[in-house]
Amino acid sequence: MSKTLVAIAGSALLLAFPAASQTSGPTGQAMAQTCYVCHGPAGRSAPPIPSIARMPADLVRSRMLEFKAGQAPATVMARIARGYSDEQIVAISDYLASLK
Amino acid sequence: MNTTRRAALQGGAAATLATLAMPSIARAAAGSVVIIGAGFGGATAARYLKTASPALDVTLVERETSILTCPFSNGVIAGYNTMADITRSLDGVRAAGVKIVAGEAAAVDTAARAVRLADGTRLAYDRLVVSPGIDLNYEGLPGYSAAAAEILPHAWKAGPQTLLLRSQLEAMPDGGTFIVVAPANPFRCPRGPYERISLVASYFKAKKPKSKILVFDAKDAFSKQGLFQSAWESEFPGMVAWIAGKDGGKVETVDVQARTVTSGFGTEKGDVINVIPPQRAGAIAVAAGLTAENGWCPVDPMTFASTKAPNVYVVGDSSIAGAMPKSGSSANAQAKVVAAAIIASLDGKPAPAPALFNICYSLVNPNYGISVADVYQATDKGIVPTPNAGGVSVAKPTSLNERALEALYAVAWYRNISADTWG
Repeated sequence: MSKTLVAIAGSALLLAFPAASQTSGPTGQAMAQTCYVCHGPAGRSAPPIPSIARMPADLVRSRMLEFKAGQAPATVMARIARGYSDEQIVAISDYLASLK
Repeated sequence: MNTTRRAALQGGAAATLATLAMPSIARAAAGSVVIIGAGFGGATAARYLKTASPALDVTLVERETSILTCPFSNGVIAGYNTMADITRSLDGVRAAGVKIVAGEAAAVDTAARAVRLADGTRLAYDRLVVSPGIDLNYEGLPGYSAAAAEILPHAWKAGPQTLLLRSQLEAMPDGGTFIVVAPANPFRCPRGPYERISLVASYFKAKKPKSKILVFDAKDAFSKQGLFQSAWESEFPGMVAWIAGKDGGKVETVDVQARTVTSGFGTEKGDVINVIPPQRAGAIAVAAGLTAENGWCPVDPMTFASTKAPNVYVVGDSSIAGAMPKSGSSANAQAKVVAAAIIASLDGKPAPAPALFNICYSLVNPNYGISVADVYQATDKGIVPTPNAGGVSVAKPTSLNERALEALYAVAWYRNISADTWG
């Protein structure tokens, strides 16, 4: 069965092939969009929550890795950063940096 | 809450269409999508669909002219916020190019792909998003009813009930007893009853310090329990008594005229009684045949597609989303998954892998905030929290002053999720 057919055939079939849709994991964009609930639409926020839109990818990545390792003071970001692999953090950072 | 913070809650919706632009996935998907409900789930789905795929015809059905949010409604009940603070306009959704139809969805013909409104209007769709929130299950608590709620308010949908509970608490004499009846899981906003208890205790502490709060809980444990109970002890010593289900907290009946609640352990009289009854998916989900026997809507955890009907997606409180709580943040995240899944489906492509996240802030008082956050994995066993991540605020605050910071972040979260959802 082609991937297209699986998609069209609907939920019952998709349920039968969960691994197929998980192979690559969520995109940087999809993961970054979950940040907006606190960091504002497209990552733009007024203080006290920092804006993350268009931040240099290196900065977001190193900050997230510090949070993940418990090396930066945080109320909630350490708990969140531990939810992502280092590769996912790179994908999120790259996407946020790419925002126009 | 001071005026500055109230202003902060109101303002700052700086989001424009441009800020939502998704250049990297500009798509040509066309077709018509109808969305039922303009709350956190429905409005987010509408804006993300239309922005990612402008050729889509997106119609949002909503019976109210503006949205009253449950987040910060506990602040209204405790006197720290106003109804204006929790009112969200639909103008930003309209400005995104979404058609808004005022009306109540009465039925869905999933075979013919059409929604029928109460006024007879028929809306055809290629894909349907159902995001009606909860309905109260009055039958689940003997003695309680829609009429009873006019005397013993639930205040579990923001609106007149919010103001009714507020006015009753204002009229209550100092030294009175406020009873809260909390339901079994699952229900909308699992931390909500305990935030409400905290904020009302904060109000009592300032204005009616001899008053007591008695909590009858159908559960033996609740969300952020350690944090809440520790806050009750430190901030309002002796004021709050929480009774677990196993210790007589499970209410068997309420008596509206006598203003009493009765559990297996006896009857208690309250000066003000807030009954939060059991809940189920909004009526339209039931009418459309999207619910399981437990009253909620089963979905594919990868896409939030209904497992009961083709071309239909369910987001927010109505859906069975595994470990994700029924919250505005959950609905916002799920709606983005649905938007991407619908666009892929209309393009004849497989749905992208979902990214799921939730955060719930609760206020103990306007300067004391706590949170729970989780990054979720969609698996063939449902939606589960990522191991060794997420969880609740630190048990013992440090020099970072976490409680005060999280109170500020709670207000900023509200402003930002509002902008992300309604523009």
